[in-house]
Amino acid sequence: MQGAFFNFSRKTIPVDWNLLITQLMNGLQLGLLLFLLASGLTLIFGIMDFINLSHGSFYMIGAYFCGTVVSVTGSLIAGIVVALICTFAIGAIVELVIARRLYRSDHLDHVLVTFGLILIFDTLVHMIWGAAGMAIPLPEILNGQLHIGTLVLPTYRLVIICSGLLVAAILFVLVTRTRLGMLIRAGASNRTMVEALGVNINKLFLIVFAIGATMSGFAGMLIAPITEASIGMGNEIIIIAFVVVIVGGIGSVKGAFFAALIIGLMDTIGRSYLDDLLKLSLSAEVAETAAPALSAMLVYILMAAVLAFRPQGLFPPAGSK
Amino acid sequence: MLPASNSGRVYAVLLILLGMAPFITSWIDQPFYLDLLSRALILAIAASSLNLILGYGGMVSLGHAAYLGIGAYCVGIPAYYDIYNGWIHLGLTIVVSASFAFLTGLIILRTKAVYFIMITLAFSQMVYFTFVSLEEYGGDDGLVIYLRSEFPSWLSMEGATALYYWIFGALVLTLLVIYRLVYSRFGRVIVGSKFNEERMQSLGFNTYRYRLTCYVISGVLCGIAGMLLGNFTSFISPEMMGWTRSGELIFMVVMGGASSFFGPLIGTSAFVFLEQYLPEIMKTINPSWHEYWHLPFGVLLVCLVLFGKGGIHGWLSRFDKDGDVK
Repeated sequence: MQGAFFNFSRKTIPVDWNLLITQLMNGLQLGLLLFLLASGLTLIFGIMDFINLSHGSFYMIGAYFCGTVVSVTGSLIAGIVVALICTFAIGAIVELVIARRLYRSDHLDHVLVTFGLILIFDTLVHMIWGAAGMAIPLPEILNGQLHIGTLVLPTYRLVIICSGLLVAAILFVLVTRTRLGMLIRAGASNRTMVEALGVNINKLFLIVFAIGATMSGFAGMLIAPITEASIGMGNEIIIIAFVVVIVGGIGSVKGAFFAALIIGLMDTIGRSYLDDLLKLSLSAEVAETAAPALSAMLVYILMAAVLAFRPQGLFPPAGSK
Repeated sequence: MLPASNSGRVYAVLLILLGMAPFITSWIDQPFYLDLLSRALILAIAASSLNLILGYGGMVSLGHAAYLGIGAYCVGIPAYYDIYNGWIHLGLTIVVSASFAFLTGLIILRTKAVYFIMITLAFSQMVYFTFVSLEEYGGDDGLVIYLRSEFPSWLSMEGATALYYWIFGALVLTLLVIYRLVYSRFGRVIVGSKFNEERMQSLGFNTYRYRLTCYVISGVLCGIAGMLLGNFTSFISPEMMGWTRSGELIFMVVMGGASSFFGPLIGTSAFVFLEQYLPEIMKTINPSWHEYWHLPFGVLLVCLVLFGKGGIHGWLSRFDKDGDVK
């Protein structure tokens, strides 16, 4: 279906609408996964002022727990439920034993401790599950494809998108409509004031940390049937999640949502269309070499630009400095 | 120039021993130790350069490994075109790392705290992905460097001993540069703006310029470490500038004791030693455990932050009567 054309002054590129829609869905999927990681990260960052590099470890742990339960029981639902409980518990333990002691120390300590935690979690997974990755089989219903007109979409891709949107909606209600959410918002804007008003801040921190870990684990469970669970799978995506947090504004769940979608779409679209776009103004050869580098760098360029021109992020939490 | 304290004497003896290392290793017939030391000293140059901005300047860079990579590729890419002139390699390293540090520093130094950490990370990731996508120079797989940089015979890098003295010389020069900087007016401004930038500004110092200069110097020193690393390993790949490498560099600085003069040297030595012998130690517990050496390593890192303020240098300084952590 190569009927439509974009008209540019000198050259034209054919637009394959099916491909474009597939890529948009891919971008949306990546964006929602990033949101699941980044929303927890941004709250931990904004409320506790804690840099958690090991947030990606929960992503990995979630995937491994889920895979283990699925291989024993054969039920994906059971796998997800058990893994959610486990990541919540592990998140709570990390908060109680380690993170809690460090909220008042400087960021350098956070970077070091969480870097150490990454090493510990990666090695523990290696010891328990071995060096090879773990595939998670999908039930038949989710493994098929959906035909909409000429468009063919994998069912599971839609499942990921829907669950991502569902969690985003739940989180939105939690943050804007409940007492806990009110405290979370207040904490992100002004922690000292919340403390002074007599709120049990330790409990709040524990809940936020553990919920963040659970959402990160959930993202890992969602993606694992496609990519399979592997050691260090969280270490690349966590850096992009940090970019999302910075671009969206530290402590802002709304910011994390929009920034995650922007970055997910930008990254996916960049990787598939940048060489065509560059060919409009550069020679084909230059475009072929420059495009992969540039598309991998796009998200970091966006972050550098945001930090240079709008350091508080695109959607900073209301009332923060 | 060394502080007349017990820890100072320990370091003086250490430097003399390091200077004699090739004789000692050939005497006990263990050339492998010289390899280990060479690697430790190269990393010590990188860690000292990071310490200049992190320890003294309070600028926590999570992207310093980028300069290691830039230095290494300044050897690798000319070598790919059969250009082995060492002066060209060195010149290129200095020019490229200085310009990269300057251009990114213009933006980086406008940010503070968390934002500083994140933006240094962003720029180093950009460098990382640039080299990953350079198919011509091996991309992900990296490059093999077949010959070392060529210098006049009195400055040759050929042979393990010659390369070791190159590295040792570079380390001593680096330490001298950092010492002169830190204990000069320039260094006082840098340390001052770590603690209270507004105060330094109200004293009339353009702290932005001072910090930028400091950042560029640090980048160049780390670039030179990268150039030596390229010559030493004779194989380079983007992996050497991944963000976990930058994390390790911070670890080395803090393990040795940030903002202490010899801390990075101690920290990198300890790091290289652990990296080499933790697998052996794990093996004695259970023969199949040598792959799991990152576990005690991570535990050590967590404990270091929770309990060990001041790093190894801090512990050594407790033997000093005045207790002054230099």
